[in-house]
Amino acid sequence: MDKRTSLSEAVAEHIRDGQLVALEGFGHLVPVAAAHEIIRQGLRDLTLARMTGDVLIDQLLAAGCLKGVIGSFVGNSSAGSLHELRRRVENSDPVPLDLEEYSHGGMVCRYLAGASKLPFYPINSYRGSDLVALNGKIRSVKDPYGGEEIHVVPALNPDVTIIHAQRADRAGNIQAWGILGVQAEAAFAGRKVIVTVEEIVDDAVIRSDPNRTIVPSHVVDAVVHCPRGAHPHSVQGYYDRDDGFSRRWSELARDPRRLRDWLQENIHGTRDHAEYIARLGPDYWDRLQVEAAFSVPVNYGGRK
Amino acid sequence: MTSSELLTTLSARALEGKHVVFAGHGLPTLAVSLAQRTVSPGVEIIYESGVTGAQPADLPRSISDSVLVTGAAGVLPMAQLFNFVLQGQRVDVGFLGAAQVDRYGSLNSSLIGKDWRAPANKLPGSGGAIEAMAGAGEIFVVMRRHNPRSLVADLDFCTTPGPRRAAAARGGMMPAGLGVTTVITDLGIMTRRGIDEELVLTAVHPGVEVDDVRAATGWDLEVSKNLVTTVPPTGRELALLRDVLDPERVYLR
Repeated sequence: MDKRTSLSEAVAEHIRDGQLVALEGFGHLVPVAAAHEIIRQGLRDLTLARMTGDVLIDQLLAAGCLKGVIGSFVGNSSAGSLHELRRRVENSDPVPLDLEEYSHGGMVCRYLAGASKLPFYPINSYRGSDLVALNGKIRSVKDPYGGEEIHVVPALNPDVTIIHAQRADRAGNIQAWGILGVQAEAAFAGRKVIVTVEEIVDDAVIRSDPNRTIVPSHVVDAVVHCPRGAHPHSVQGYYDRDDGFSRRWSELARDPRRLRDWLQENIHGTRDHAEYIARLGPDYWDRLQVEAAFSVPVNYGGRK
Repeated sequence: MTSSELLTTLSARALEGKHVVFAGHGLPTLAVSLAQRTVSPGVEIIYESGVTGAQPADLPRSISDSVLVTGAAGVLPMAQLFNFVLQGQRVDVGFLGAAQVDRYGSLNSSLIGKDWRAPANKLPGSGGAIEAMAGAGEIFVVMRRHNPRSLVADLDFCTTPGPRRAAAARGGMMPAGLGVTTVITDLGIMTRRGIDEELVLTAVHPGVEVDDVRAATGWDLEVSKNLVTTVPPTGRELALLRDVLDPERVYLR
């Protein structure tokens, strides 16, 4: 089945106001273009699940799309704080934010339970942490096999999970390499799954390297060709992280008005991600080019 | 020599003889790179992004920098990193930063202020620190500023409990390792061993008085009878840091 569609159609068809949406990608392969499309379409009252909060959280918050965030780290890589998020949490400015905190391990376990259709997942690290007091969803149960009590976290099943990857075929077999984060677990946990990719390739390319597939097509509802869809984050082998953008963001986001002007000009003021990319210009993208470093092919040869 | 050059050098030296090290955000990233080129060439570094055995050609700008991947020995998905490597107790030393440390080595990286629902400062949060503390054999902490707001008698919020705090709590499993055994700050080095032991000042940097350190610590800091003065970076260590590892001063602020 051909699951190719445009980003605007994928977002319009699968995401509704008030839903729980996961955007995963660990400082790499982050579905930023999809977040921008959520902003363009003016979705409201979403709860965002994301292990490593970054600039896209500031952007979704300032655009008024989110009522809550579920995550385990919020920061702008090595460039500093997320100032819009801090204004919400520290001063309820302009409105409070429902921030549900875990550790990275806790988020991983929530997705593992969600993907495995289990009600919860055990984790051994929370004893003595104030996160347990802050977050009533972290509980403990008695080990039924006679051991000690153990903490558990509830399954996380996003209404929609969105991930970004290097390539896919038309059916939505997703291949990724480099830092892999929790994308596969989040995709399997999602009720609907949208994947944006740098390239749509022929089936034969995918089938030449089946171990590279992180999410099989039966999990995916929509696959979207979206070059540079992770900017300002990196995509291994395609483009480098944009540290300049991250630094400028930490400066700009200190001022709520400048942040909203940025959204108006760059997101609301562009028809789609391709226009956002084109506006930055070819010289800009030249600076983020990476050097090729190919792996040695592996031999998948079978019976003679 | 800057304070961050001294901190990084001492952090790197602390890794001598260690085999598997988990590197968190910030100065630990630079310190493990220096250790690889000096005291611990065989050390296997596991970054919080899942990269193992990295040999980056350029300084990683964060633990999730793609430069770590090119030429690395492996990349693990998060479920393997957190459940198999950290929870599976495969790590000798977890190297972390924190906003606050208490006398028994529990850490705060979540928020500043006693009102959790409206904190004075929202910090990034745990990341993988809780799992590093629970699963690693021991934890090293590096802190850029030693003052009564960061070395505190009572944490505003305990993100990452050491074994003593965990033992006093109920429900859930005890950390596997010793917790924080070494804290390296801009004034000196504090160490502890047993679960009920406090951090003790075991070294001061050249020119730093013990009374300065005690005044900068939020509790009545014990001082070791065998207090030593730290040895500043050698010419080779400084040259590696300045010219090879961090010429653009990403970490060496």
